[in-house]
Amino acid sequence: MDAFLLEAAINGLLLAGVLALLTLGLNLIFGVIDVVWIAYADLVMCGMYAVYWLFVVFGWPLPLAFAVSVVGVAVLGALVHLLIIAPILGSAAINQLLATGGLLYFLQSFATLIFTTDFRNIGVRLPVIEIGGIYISYSRLLAFGVALAGAIALYLFLKRTYIGTAIRAIAQDREIIGLMGVDQRRIYLVTSAIGGALAGLGACLLALQYDVHPFIGNTFGPLIFMICVLGGLGNMIGGFIAAFIISQIIAIGGYYFSTELSYVLAFILFILLMFIRPQGIVGR
Amino acid sequence: MLSLVEISAGYGSFRTLFGVSLEVAAGETVGVIGPNGAGKTTLMRVVSGLIPTFGGGISLDGRSLLGVPAHRIVERGIAHVPENRRLFPKLSVEDNLRIGAFIPRARIHFAEQLAWVYQLFPRLQERRGQPAGTLSGGEQQMCAIGRALMSRPRLLLMDEPSAGLAPLVVQEVFDLIRRIRAEGLTVLIVEQNIQQVLEVVDRAYLLEVGAIRLAGTATEMRNNEFIRKAYMGL
Repeated sequence: MDAFLLEAAINGLLLAGVLALLTLGLNLIFGVIDVVWIAYADLVMCGMYAVYWLFVVFGWPLPLAFAVSVVGVAVLGALVHLLIIAPILGSAAINQLLATGGLLYFLQSFATLIFTTDFRNIGVRLPVIEIGGIYISYSRLLAFGVALAGAIALYLFLKRTYIGTAIRAIAQDREIIGLMGVDQRRIYLVTSAIGGALAGLGACLLALQYDVHPFIGNTFGPLIFMICVLGGLGNMIGGFIAAFIISQIIAIGGYYFSTELSYVLAFILFILLMFIRPQGIVGR
Repeated sequence: MLSLVEISAGYGSFRTLFGVSLEVAAGETVGVIGPNGAGKTTLMRVVSGLIPTFGGGISLDGRSLLGVPAHRIVERGIAHVPENRRLFPKLSVEDNLRIGAFIPRARIHFAEQLAWVYQLFPRLQERRGQPAGTLSGGEQQMCAIGRALMSRPRLLLMDEPSAGLAPLVVQEVFDLIRRIRAEGLTVLIVEQNIQQVLEVVDRAYLLEVGAIRLAGTATEMRNNEFIRKAYMGL
């Protein structure tokens, strides 16, 4: 195996970390509240603008800009639930899809209005590390590490805390959960805020690697949805595994052919797998 | 302790309870017996706040429970073991018990309460890491009762605890109820298994088509001519 292929595979692995993190957020919200946030990737876009604005325009230190952006997107997630989802929670699923789809266009247009369509970069250039002829960008390595830490933190939260246990329980019996003293509305709000926080964390990590523009959500939004469905919608472990599979196809396909073709390959594989296992790779 | 006055309730426009009044005093074990469809489950759901009332009053220690949502009623000290157990099947036994202790008042006593539940039901401790959905019927009933006890209730509501269980297991469940009684808890229990339930309660009400038809001590009810003929086949 030559060094370039190995480098592609490692980069694919590193890309998977961030995608897996975003997939977790989307799956969490779907699994608990039973709604799909079509505009999820656009919350990431908002987070990237927050990082850009706080760091470049206001000149805040980067870690502080990151922290405030994560909290900001978490609040945005809670607002999406309170203002858009909660009023139509009992109505048909298609209404919720349309409402969050509307949010997608709203956020993109709003961002265009305020920030114009310029590509903006936070201008942080982290070094590239060379190990035995393989070049790995430090920002990707950092993104992978933080994404993994975020996933582990989420896992511990869900496993070890009362609210986490309620989040895992609620989809299994939405009526009886009230008899446990759990306020369903509060759990939905907390879940939406956590989903937002994961989007915010993803935004920080992506801001280190990519330019932000109002339509950046379109570049990886479909990818996240594909990964979610491939792993089984609502299945957090399945989504995690699928993120790594898809990233490898994109990275290695990009090495042999071209990046554009590698996306085509990933979507072809997705369509084929949907015929064979419509419930997702890990679903029953 | 618990007092229901002229309670009417139902689902949508369908009425299943027509002016039911009953009392449960502290330390008592009270049974509500009656046939299928008499409104026994509706009665339990009204008390724990799962469904609204059409009229009448409910109070716990003199404080009204009307309009209080289910999750706040648990904080007042009422725990409900629902019909068909309704465990969270994919969560482990211990996670089911943990969620039973969700309210802040119960959380601080989680460790001691868990030890108590495991002492009452040693089988649950053996199976604590296993998904609750994989337990046998009797063990699931233990888990459902244990989950309710984790909230440190003063009043325990039990809806058809013997339903769907094998005869031997039913015997086991009634033994469990005796043990819970012995712990000094106040219990309101709804049952179709009339003969057995009259062995464990102090008093009972007979509910028929949404209204109380008879009331009395367990002995009075056991010896009542109508109950013996209609419900015990004697």
